[in-house]
Amino acid sequence: MAGTRAPAPAADRLPLHHALWRRSRAVVRDLWIGGVLLALIVAFSVDSPYFLTRANWLNTSSTATEVLLLAVGETFVICAGGIDLSVGAVLGFAGTAGAWVMSQLTAGQPAGAEVGVVALGFAAAVAAGLAFGLVNGFLVAWAGIPPFVVTLGTLGIATGFGYLLNNGQEISAIPGSVTTFGNDNLGGWVPVPVLITAVITIWCGLLLARTRFGAYALSIGDSREAVVRAGINDRRYLLEIYTLSGVLAGVAAVLVMARLGAGSPDSGATDNLNAIAAVVIGGASLFGGRGTIIGSVIGTGIIAVLLTGLVLINVPPFWQEVAVGAVLIAAVYIDQLRNRKASRK
Amino acid sequence: MSARLAVRDLTKHYGGVQALAGVSLHVDAGEVLGVVGDNGAGKSTMLKILSGAIFPSSGEVLLDDRPVRFASPAAAHQAGIATVYQDLALAGQRDVVANFFLGRERLAGNWLARRVGWLDGRAMAAHTVSELARLRTSIPDVRLASRDLSGGQRQALAIARAAAWTGKVLLLDEPTSALGVEQQEQVLDLVRRVSAEGIAVILISHQMTDVLAVCDRAVVLRLGVVAATLSGTELTSENLIGYITGAMPGRES
Repeated sequence: MAGTRAPAPAADRLPLHHALWRRSRAVVRDLWIGGVLLALIVAFSVDSPYFLTRANWLNTSSTATEVLLLAVGETFVICAGGIDLSVGAVLGFAGTAGAWVMSQLTAGQPAGAEVGVVALGFAAAVAAGLAFGLVNGFLVAWAGIPPFVVTLGTLGIATGFGYLLNNGQEISAIPGSVTTFGNDNLGGWVPVPVLITAVITIWCGLLLARTRFGAYALSIGDSREAVVRAGINDRRYLLEIYTLSGVLAGVAAVLVMARLGAGSPDSGATDNLNAIAAVVIGGASLFGGRGTIIGSVIGTGIIAVLLTGLVLINVPPFWQEVAVGAVLIAAVYIDQLRNRKASRK
Repeated sequence: MSARLAVRDLTKHYGGVQALAGVSLHVDAGEVLGVVGDNGAGKSTMLKILSGAIFPSSGEVLLDDRPVRFASPAAAHQAGIATVYQDLALAGQRDVVANFFLGRERLAGNWLARRVGWLDGRAMAAHTVSELARLRTSIPDVRLASRDLSGGQRQALAIARAAAWTGKVLLLDEPTSALGVEQQEQVLDLVRRVSAEGIAVILISHQMTDVLAVCDRAVVLRLGVVAATLSGTELTSENLIGYITGAMPGRES
């Protein structure tokens, strides 16, 4: 029998300070992008007396909620090694679908039966997001089609469906209480959409960092082979991840519809790239396996502050897109430099 | 003493190619069995059958004297047979704890936590630390990403994980092939400790030094059959090489 006991090997043991350094590196990486956001806020506050005002906060925060909800879903997808290009188009379609349901139900109805109509409209929007999420997830997980191709396809399909509902026009024949809900706020400072988004974001942050679902999302993105060998049903989790992304696009559609008082097929057109940019600026790896919700929140913050801040300091609005694109490339480049430096150690 | 794992007259052919032509071998609890052979001798076919990746063409596999037939690697795993392949199947950016518990995460106690899949991170970390310490691996910090570990530490993590979650049979495919001398020594120490806990270990290797260092017995495969089973004073480098190359005629087929 092999019973020879050998003493514990002492060689090959990393010194403790080395281990601590490696751990703190991850924290520093998360913090520096938060520092960028803070610097932007300070710079815009100095440049414009209107930046740190209630009006600008309400404006910035309510537009940021749409991007943030998409970015939160996108974080799970990107951590799992995928990409969801369809979220913006799904947002547009889901909002139009919700508004279409409400307009059909309201036609010829006396005012007063609104609550049911609004509830059905909201449910329709979320269901539309869910349906597209399921389709994306199924095609990625079971049909094995690359996520980029699948979601580029559903981007086109969702856009087309959105236009088909009302010949490309927005649908504004919806109950007035929807707009009241979308523009209401608590204590003058916390818009209802911001509150809803905050609750969902915190929940998803815990879901990614503290639950088995989040652990599997990250592990699938890191090494799908390792996950499969461990006996985990990777397809089921991929389906759930893309479905979550679709559902959040549906919820974002409800909030946009409530803010604008209409369902417009174009309403998510620019949110798509902003959401992906927010996730990547927040430190998630496009190769999967790494990412946090707090990073995506900061990334969304940077984009939102850039968009409104540039307007306030009188930069022509077309420069916004340029700024977001430049920040995206710079953030990824800096992250790559850090990783390269780390891996040479 | 009955064998923990035994195979009887195992054959496997792919079309006209005979990869295994009737192999019988066994391994006891607490024993390290080496399986050696040249390329094409049937080592990996044997490994694939035992780990549940493929079915044999004929013959049977007995686990604790009961015939078993694994529909998948997961089924083999469930029955108590774990395989550590050369690629280790670790998630590089995930920490040691996440890798150690991958697929077997521990959830917090109350019903709400179970419903949402809330991880008991503290208990998982503590258990990982104690398991790795018990097997005396040299992993310095369980919060490190597995890609930040040395090659020997990664191998140790994969073996410790497999040993912790299976308990009956551990199949190791070339565990030292990519390692430096010192790290090889560490991994071999770990193999000894795992077998001392009563796990039957099958070590597939073409490193003669590994086989001589840790194996109680070694089976030499040649052209799909057992050329020799060596133990005790017969287990020498000359004999192994002689049977592997065919310089010494097979005596058991």
